[in-house]
Amino acid sequence: MNAHARDWSAFVTPSREEGVCRLDLAVEGITCAACMVQIEKGLGAQPGVSKARLNLTSHRLALEWRPDETDAGTVIDVLESLGYRAHPFDPGRVDEVEKVESQKLLRALAVAAFSSMNIMLLSVSVWAGNASDITSETRDLFHWISALLALPAAAYSGQTFYRSAYHALRTGRLNMDVPITIGVTLALALSVMETFNHADHAYYESAMMLLFFLLIGRWLDHNMRRRTRSFAENLMALRAESALVIEPDGSLREIPVSRVAEGDRVLIRPGERVSVDGIVEDGNSEIDQSLVTGETLMVATGPGTSVYAGTLNAGGQLVVRVSAAGKGTLLDDVNRLLDNALQAKSRYMHLADRAAALYAPLVHGAAALSFAGWWLAGIGWQPALVIAISVLIITCPCALGLAIPAVQVVASGTLFRHGILLNSGDGIERMARANTVVFDKTGTLTAPEPAIANAADCPPGTLAAAARLALSSRHPLAAALAHHAGRAEPFAGVEEVAGEGVRVVIDGTELRLGSPAFCAAEAEARAIAERYPLASLVAWRAGERSPMVFAVDQSLRPDAAAVVAALRERGLAVEILSGDREESVASIAAALGVSEWRAAQRPADKIAHVEALRAAGRSVLMVGDGLNDAPSLAAADVSISPVTAVHVSQAAADCVFLGERLGPVVAAIDVSRRAHRIMRENLWFAALYNTIAVPLAVAGLVTPLIAAAAMSGSSIVVTLNAWRARLGRAGLGDDVDSRQA
Amino acid sequence: MNILLLTIPVALALGLFFLIAFLWALRTGQFEDLDGAAHRVLLDDDVGEDDENKPDFLKD
Repeated sequence: MNAHARDWSAFVTPSREEGVCRLDLAVEGITCAACMVQIEKGLGAQPGVSKARLNLTSHRLALEWRPDETDAGTVIDVLESLGYRAHPFDPGRVDEVEKVESQKLLRALAVAAFSSMNIMLLSVSVWAGNASDITSETRDLFHWISALLALPAAAYSGQTFYRSAYHALRTGRLNMDVPITIGVTLALALSVMETFNHADHAYYESAMMLLFFLLIGRWLDHNMRRRTRSFAENLMALRAESALVIEPDGSLREIPVSRVAEGDRVLIRPGERVSVDGIVEDGNSEIDQSLVTGETLMVATGPGTSVYAGTLNAGGQLVVRVSAAGKGTLLDDVNRLLDNALQAKSRYMHLADRAAALYAPLVHGAAALSFAGWWLAGIGWQPALVIAISVLIITCPCALGLAIPAVQVVASGTLFRHGILLNSGDGIERMARANTVVFDKTGTLTAPEPAIANAADCPPGTLAAAARLALSSRHPLAAALAHHAGRAEPFAGVEEVAGEGVRVVIDGTELRLGSPAFCAAEAEARAIAERYPLASLVAWRAGERSPMVFAVDQSLRPDAAAVVAALRERGLAVEILSGDREESVASIAAALGVSEWRAAQRPADKIAHVEALRAAGRSVLMVGDGLNDAPSLAAADVSISPVTAVHVSQAAADCVFLGERLGPVVAAIDVSRRAHRIMRENLWFAALYNTIAVPLAVAGLVTPLIAAAAMSGSSIVVTLNAWRARLGRAGLGDDVDSRQA
Repeated sequence: MNILLLTIPVALALGLFFLIAFLWALRTGQFEDLDGAAHRVLLDDDVGEDDENKPDFLKD
């Protein structure tokens, strides 16, 4: 059954070099530089491999080989024998765009740095000369050289700002880049004008320094986001989503899910996750839909029924014909609701943009008034213009432009260390404002995998032996039991009885694991079923000894109760919205002490409830993982999903948390609230700075030296303040280091 | 003041040289993996067993 070819061809791209293939892999299990050496040496020694280079930052391996000497499968097998699991990237999804953008920012930063440093060198000479004995010819020469450096550099390195300002103005909005663009342009124009007039002062260094500081902020911000995103992509790739396609000639071929076409026939073996949406053509089975609908009871499927990607095949083998989401199916419903939710999601106004909307008219108004005032006072239009522009330069949006991105960079780094990957930068602001948390139950409050509920009642020897036998079964219930096997090897010679269980004979004793009927344990099963009415049952019999029945049930995440308590302590209301049955939700809600809960919620019901909460003035944080949660994740003010969630939900959520624990949800709230407070402090500082600087500028007292000192001083203060977002405790204090999770 | 005519072009040329060096390094992907580069410098796998260039403290 396993004799099928793993087809890597969809991932392989031709290399720049002639006759060489290239593959990018996400590699799991890299902890230090020694792993890097081991992988590169191990693969480099393979015949035909021309390049194996591991990126220790992103945990990705670039592999090149000559296809006539070896092939991808062989190389990946070698990698696995070294102890590292790897999975290829879809070449189309590798973050080329992000990389280009990051390089563009870095180039702009380098040019701005070069130009501003050299201009500063000349400017300091001019300032020193103005105080002593510089001749006007020398000063003019210095100003002209500065102009020669500043104009092309500003034109090149400021593009990010100009473009964004242009887009904002065209759509009738104001963002921070508008005052930045106006400030830089006017400062340069004024400087050229003053150079022509052989004046004492020019403002080239102010303009270039502004661009330099702001580009540092932009680049850090972009880099942090790129890093978390590439980490998330690695996790995605390592989930190895491939499908086993049945070719017309009956052979099997494993291909990436993205290459499966509508109408293909896909084989889904027992214990596997269904990787496609489609209609069952052949085979009967039970499907665990908990990741899709939140329902924990198994659903019987047979020819003609629909199955969804993300569900788990618990019974027999199925052949599924891939189909697009038909009208009226769950998937169609979810897609429609998701589209609506994304459209309706009111464009949240970022704190920075709100500040810009307040700041820009005020400062530009002040500049216009001081121009008018001085002109009317009779000093002529040129000196009046110089004063007006110096108002714009000194109020430079430098501190304001750094105030928020700097905090976002520090906060998203802190979140990363707590095991939270941020999808959207403004998620922090929205997270800080949340006052109601809505949890999904299955897979969010409960652990993604079921566990043995009565493990404490079993004799340890029995549990270990049953677990060891469970290693040989693909059934999901057996998987829950197999967790208790520890490091035991599976028994040899295990025989699987389809739909019943597994059996093996050891030292003349027959061991059986499977349905209660298979193990003749109906009486015990009834007793256990009374105690655990919601559990699924697995029976175990060793020879003629009395059988044992295990109850397999959803278990709460280990810190779920502590998280609910911690959220309440922070003044957040907690609710549960689940697609599961009422009894099942009620018992979980009771265990957590949550009184607001709703069961049997369809995606439309969930979204309606979230919207009702928002209409009542609540700011909703939605935490969910299922396909049925995706629309409400998008509709909520802010949303989190666990890393085990389906793709659609992860894409709809603002952040993703790693690990078994729910604790990162609390950490996310704590870090965001602190970051939000620091952002506001920074904005207030920038406002305070301006109330001192503007009167000075309006009075015509600002020289370039004062402008430069004030600009650097204020930028450094807001950046240092931003680092405070790292300090202090967050969450439950049991931080996971995301790199090891 | 004639010395300025020499020093300013020299200063600018030096700055420009480093700018170009940086852009070259960026283009050839030397900023792709800063963590890896930090460790690679410590690896001595480019020094063979009987390499004459082997530093004294690595010789037996």
